[in-house]
Amino acid sequence: MAAQPEVRELSGAEMVIRALIDQGVEVVFGYPGGAVLPIYDALFKQNRLRHILVRHEQGAVHAAEGYARSSGKVGVVMVTSGPGATNTVTGLTDALMDSVPVVCLTGQVPTHLIGNDAFQEADTTGITRPCTKHNYLVKDVNDLARVLHEAFTVARTGRPGPVVVDLPKDVLFANGLYLPPESAPARKSYRPQAKPEASRIAAAAQLIMAAKKPLFYGGGGLINSGPRACTLFTELVRLTGFPVTLTLMGLGVFPASDKQYLGLVGMHGTFESNNAMHDCDLMINIGARFDDRVTGKVAAFAPHARKIHVDIDPSSINKNVRVDLAVVGDCAEVLAALLVELKAQKYKADPARIAPWWQQIETWRKRDCLRYAKSDTIIKPQYAIERLYALTRGRDVFITTEVGQHQMWAAQFFKFDQPFHWMTSGGLGTMGYGLPAAMGVQLAHPDALVIDIAGEASILMNIQEMSTICQYRLPVKAFILNNQYMGMVRQWQELLHGGRYSESYTAALPDFVKLAEAFGAVGMRVEKPADVDRVIKEMIAVDRPVIVDVAVDPAENCFPMIPSGAAHNEMLLGPEDKQASGPISEEGMVLV
Amino acid sequence: MTAPEIVEKHTMAVLVDNEPGVLARVIGLFSGRGYNIESLTVAETDPKNKLSRITIVTSGTPMVIEQIKAQLNRIVPVHGVHDLGEEGPFLERELALVKVTGGAESRAETLRVADIFHARVVDTTPESYVFEMTGSTDKLDAFINLMAPLGVVDISRTGVVAISRGSGKF
Ligand SMILES: Cc1ncc(C[n+]2csc(CCOP(=O)(O)OP(=O)(O)O)c2C)c(N)n1
Ligand SMILES: [Mg+2]
Repeated sequence: MAAQPEVRELSGAEMVIRALIDQGVEVVFGYPGGAVLPIYDALFKQNRLRHILVRHEQGAVHAAEGYARSSGKVGVVMVTSGPGATNTVTGLTDALMDSVPVVCLTGQVPTHLIGNDAFQEADTTGITRPCTKHNYLVKDVNDLARVLHEAFTVARTGRPGPVVVDLPKDVLFANGLYLPPESAPARKSYRPQAKPEASRIAAAAQLIMAAKKPLFYGGGGLINSGPRACTLFTELVRLTGFPVTLTLMGLGVFPASDKQYLGLVGMHGTFESNNAMHDCDLMINIGARFDDRVTGKVAAFAPHARKIHVDIDPSSINKNVRVDLAVVGDCAEVLAALLVELKAQKYKADPARIAPWWQQIETWRKRDCLRYAKSDTIIKPQYAIERLYALTRGRDVFITTEVGQHQMWAAQFFKFDQPFHWMTSGGLGTMGYGLPAAMGVQLAHPDALVIDIAGEASILMNIQEMSTICQYRLPVKAFILNNQYMGMVRQWQELLHGGRYSESYTAALPDFVKLAEAFGAVGMRVEKPADVDRVIKEMIAVDRPVIVDVAVDPAENCFPMIPSGAAHNEMLLGPEDKQASGPISEEGMVLV
Repeated sequence: MTAPEIVEKHTMAVLVDNEPGVLARVIGLFSGRGYNIESLTVAETDPKNKLSRITIVTSGTPMVIEQIKAQLNRIVPVHGVHDLGEEGPFLERELALVKVTGGAESRAETLRVADIFHARVVDTTPESYVFEMTGSTDKLDAFINLMAPLGVVDISRTGVVAISRGSGKF
């Protein structure tokens, strides 16, 4: 089917393959079934697209997310109708919340059976409407090429997100005309605003020049905008000499090893970041969305700050927090314009003006908020991550995580100096994200060291993907911080529910070493602090998939913590703070 | 929280591609995010370009109204959202069909009220009238309230349609 003249008719299924190739797709994560058999047949007859056979459709979407977030390309998923489609819903919602570009092709029963409760029929566009950026049901093969190209445009541009294209089986068999991407008509109603208004840039520059206690607050929008945005952000931060904090989704957009970096912000962010957020007089939010995990109690959020908010999505602006200056546009465009404007204004950093602010920040830093009680007898989870970081430095390392305490410790203790190397489920908080995501990352970066920092509960949610990982010989490492608890649940129960550990202990965990071996991977277990380094080195040395079961302290809690409903300057710094701050407010209790 | 913000009523004209699912997207947005819909009407208004116009009457604090507009604009088949009150003076009309089956003794009074409101009789039987009435929502409410004791048995209302005054678009 190579280089056919444009006018030749193709079947719908052939068009799907052709459109994917024309869109530059190299890898598709999928799972076959009756409704998509024609596409699988067309797939069989070509060798340009690589299909990765997952073990569960949720895994396919998370894999596509990991692939997309680590490579900047669109992740592609292909599943059958009914259960195949419904199994993608968690992944799609995850991609929507974290703005990850994914195109998901779903099979559908033939058009004449739609609405009849046919075998494996589900109202896929109905079910996925609230969890996609956009979705389509293609009823005419002559619309197919246009829709597929549009799906990629919508997924990739503006604020990226997941797009579903539902494909009835008769449309896949029908013949029609194929349009290449460049001749597909553009959608008139879809026009994301990339270029910012000049007057807003000028106003932002004025605020920057006047600030005495400024703070940059960078987020995942910088990652989505791309490498140029991250470089320009770093340039701007260095030009000004201002402190910078990053959201969970933004880790790596500014080097963590830089003195200007204050660490993670938010519920488990650093003391210096959160206090700087609270006390600053100018907050420059670039590509973050004032998520409730970041703001804490909105009424007490940064009460003295003028706020600038740069976002490509106008609906993010003034949603949770009222800002003083909104700049709608693509982060890279905005940053480039801002740098030009500052140059035109002959801006020079004024260290004297912000020196008292930095002195204040240094006093917060001295609290050394990530300090934890070390132990010779039991492995502290923080220690395991510190060693993992230390022993993997200098390599091309990508980290994914599951959801829970281990995720927060990974965000606190693994330092990222580059963007695109950290993949986590931030918005939805999906347990089971990390292992399939790591699989997707490894496919995009075959020679890199890809590690899923996991919890023992989370990883069981998509453990079946070990089978995929082994099939394709992907040397993914699962580094499980095994505390035998749903640790984050246990921590909230300890702090908020009188230590009643209702259903947060997993009584019958599998033997992860044997489990690894059963899948055909390598299993390792470490129980003593003294053995941690050796096992990590062994893990790195093995050029195969590995599960490392790290037996960590089951009682450890993740600090600092802003209790729900509290303000940034009311953080708990460690176990000793628990009582001092008194019980959590009723208002706070109802928050998630 | 800061001082409670006042809830305002807004009428919006939303121009959309007339395609399957577009109404579900708009309605799903309102229900999913907990916004109010007081009234919603939709019909194709530009057959050549296959565009429909949705008129939504909604209420919320200024921050919520701003969100509603931004969220509507984000829907891929939405071409534009016009907050009519914000863009200048505008007209609102609603149409009602009101069926009244009073006894013989109230028929004259029924017609007298209809006459005052310029409601048209569009169906008559010895036992019943159907009136057609257009006007603002308030005027329709007043008409229906006056008719109620005279034996209203059924009411069908279109919801609000709206357009700006003057030569401006929307
Ligand atoms: C799919 C899903 N179900 C439930 C939750 C709620 N939840 C958040 S963290 C957590 C515990 C995770 O336990 P584990 O993976 O062992 O990580 P740990 O906190 O112990 O590091 C749970 C149940 C969730 N985030 N995702
Ligand atoms: Mg655990």
